[in-house]
Amino acid sequence: MAVIEVTDLRRTFVVRSKGGRLRRERREVVAVDGVSFGIDAGEVVGFIGPNGAGKSTTIKMLTGILVPTSGRLHVDGLDPSRRRTELARRIGVVFGHRSGLWWDLPLRDSFALLARIYDVPRDRYRTNLATLVELLDLAPLLDVPVRQLSLGQRMRGDIAAALLHDPPILYLDEPTIGLDLISKARLRDFLRDLNAERGTTIMLTTHDLVDIEHICRRVMVIDAGRLVFDGDLTALQRVGGATRTVVVDLETQLEPVRVPGTTVTRVEGPRQWLSFPAHSSAAPIVSALAAAYDVVDLSIQEPAIEDVIRLLYAAG
Amino acid sequence: MTPRVGLYAAVATRGFRRYSTYRAATLAGIFTNTVFGVIIAYSFIALWDQRPSLGGYGQAQALTFVWVAQALIMPVGLFSGGIVDELSDRVRSGAVAIDLHRPIPLLWWRFAEDAGRAAYHFLTRGLAPVLVGSLLFDLAWPQRVSTYGVFLIAVALAIGVGFGIRFLLGLLAFWVIDVRGFVVMLTITQVFFSGMVLPLVVFPDALRTLAEALPFRCLVQIPADVLLHEDTGTTVLPLLGIQLLWLVALLVAGHLLTGAAVRKVVVQGG
Amino acid sequence: MASSLRAYGLIAGAWVRASMTYRASFVAMTVGQALITLIDFAAIAIMFSHIDELGGFTLGEVALLYGMSGFALGAADLLMGNTEQLGRRVRDGSFDAMLVRPVAPLVQIAADQFALRRVGRITQAVAVLGWGLAASNIDWSVPKVLVLLATLVSGSVIFCAVFVLGGAFQVLAGDATEVMNAFTYGGNTLTQFPLSIYPAEVVRSVTFIVPLAFVNWYPALYLLDVEDPFGLPSALQYASPVAAVLAAAAAAVAWRAGVRRYRSTGS
Repeated sequence: MAVIEVTDLRRTFVVRSKGGRLRRERREVVAVDGVSFGIDAGEVVGFIGPNGAGKSTTIKMLTGILVPTSGRLHVDGLDPSRRRTELARRIGVVFGHRSGLWWDLPLRDSFALLARIYDVPRDRYRTNLATLVELLDLAPLLDVPVRQLSLGQRMRGDIAAALLHDPPILYLDEPTIGLDLISKARLRDFLRDLNAERGTTIMLTTHDLVDIEHICRRVMVIDAGRLVFDGDLTALQRVGGATRTVVVDLETQLEPVRVPGTTVTRVEGPRQWLSFPAHSSAAPIVSALAAAYDVVDLSIQEPAIEDVIRLLYAAG
Repeated sequence: MTPRVGLYAAVATRGFRRYSTYRAATLAGIFTNTVFGVIIAYSFIALWDQRPSLGGYGQAQALTFVWVAQALIMPVGLFSGGIVDELSDRVRSGAVAIDLHRPIPLLWWRFAEDAGRAAYHFLTRGLAPVLVGSLLFDLAWPQRVSTYGVFLIAVALAIGVGFGIRFLLGLLAFWVIDVRGFVVMLTITQVFFSGMVLPLVVFPDALRTLAEALPFRCLVQIPADVLLHEDTGTTVLPLLGIQLLWLVALLVAGHLLTGAAVRKVVVQGG
Repeated sequence: MASSLRAYGLIAGAWVRASMTYRASFVAMTVGQALITLIDFAAIAIMFSHIDELGGFTLGEVALLYGMSGFALGAADLLMGNTEQLGRRVRDGSFDAMLVRPVAPLVQIAADQFALRRVGRITQAVAVLGWGLAASNIDWSVPKVLVLLATLVSGSVIFCAVFVLGGAFQVLAGDATEVMNAFTYGGNTLTQFPLSIYPAEVVRSVTFIVPLAFVNWYPALYLLDVEDPFGLPSALQYASPVAAVLAAAAAAVAWRAGVRRYRSTGS
């Protein structure tokens, strides 16, 4: 059953710019241009696209903050912009680059306050808090004012805050932005478990394809306000012909190495770049390399979202 | 010496530019200063209507005083804020350690920056309300050009004294965890004894004696008197001397206190 | 309504508890707030050391005006003063976080950073008001007591409305906190003096445009049995509650328009 239904959603903004000495030009900019999709209960959907593509605008309309210019929109059976307050009880929202927590209050006070604001029953709050504190490892942070938390700690706090009232739907806008590798990995594990155990429907925007790979079964790509792809990650990479790259540091300077399924794209002294299709596994390539050559160091580069989208267009 | 002067000039310019980017806030501030100026002007008219030569001022002089006081609020930092908050925040966050180990002294760096800021505020939030005030009321403008020159010197000294007071207050954060209480108390004393709310010449004798022993009259009362006396010699010179004395005393205190702060950072790690 | 009040209480309560962790600082700030407003009154008292009447009113009567205005501004600042932060919250995006919660955004923004120290200003205003009432020779009656109490409430509502209007205005005008100060603190300073010292145009505009004269001036004329020096209808002297309702309605409309504009323009 679809919990989020979007039909021909459009959103335009009026931009005023100085044109000439006195005249001001009014220009209409289309941020979201006729987007339609449906998301079923329990799905985890990655929503990606370059900056300014319309991701945040769409999320804002789905939460009811922003009123659409036209189109139909239903979240859990409600029209978000008309019934924003009612919807607020059924959704959790995390904005990655700004906190919904109270800056000067300790994390514990922010949580207690939110529980009261959302009318979470006392018992329910206690169990939820205990679970979230354990899963997100928040125990040592509970008495620290939010402004003293690191970015990763604050993000964990924000996610716990968004889940205290058991929302069946969770929106995350750039949840891993600025986090270190370990924090990112922990966050991904948490979101995957949350979806598996509680069946929470999750929609997240990101710049990091690894987020998508680890959490999402479905990807939607938006560019210039239009939905240009909707499917699973493997299909996206196959359609786009995206490649990943193994960067290998060899013991000595060599001719381009030969490993089945790869092509050497660059050689710089003892360092070589081998590209291979993004949807195939890196494991056999790494073991073939290690078996045939003296490898000092090795790393794998994921394709950037911008590249995938560019390739998507090139593929038509 | 020459490269140093160039450096401080650059720092001052940066202070000027930093504030000139907030154009909407400047316009809003001019509006607010003007509104307060009008309100206080009418209360002074009511007072001087009954006592036409109160405190040795005529009504036009009293009204001029109102607008000069409004013009000086921002340049001399009468309501604190700015450098006090910045400095105490940097002390609390530990970032001040970087400032203290710069090759130029914290005191002079900050002084140059604040001078740039004050110049901007004087030219905008200082002059614009005075212009409006002179259109709405009959003010007593000096006839002699040289008076304006001396007035500008007095304003410059007032800006220096204002900086010296706020710098000391900001440094207090090295020894006190939360300086906000002190800031509020000092602001009250400073506003009251500067002459901003009421010229010190109408204060009762006891309060007036107290006010004359404090540095705060250098901020508003003295510059206003310099302008109103229209005298560039014997009356005005002692007033400028008092400002200069306080400026030197505050800067010396600031220098000594910065030294103590550096030792504290070195010994205790901040 | 009840749930909004409850939410206000919850958020404000959390802030009060947080501020109590630095108790010494809290006390210093509260006392400071009281003293800072006392400066204005000290200035008025010094003025009266040279004169017996200002604009036809004695020091006790001016204290009455001062106390009523100070109480109204203090109460409004305590309850709604934080709405002046709307401009900043729109700019840094934190207003969005308020819009995704099941409580009216006005309640959230007003209760945010609730500062109990502002009680300092109210206490000081009440003390001056008490002295003013005692020193001004009022011929007390039941209606006068009612007018006084109604004025304290109405005056607070009027200043609350000014704060909310200013907040709404910031969605349109961006960084205009200082313009608000001209109306709130400026309005307070203006009404600390008898309006008889101002030109008639000023009095008309604070009667019919921004109804600050209803915070203290008209009711005080009634309490003191003084004839209106500007000859305006004496009905105005009981009209403070009406002015408060109108101001509140205007503020509510403006606030809704501001939020609607934010949600429809995205800026």
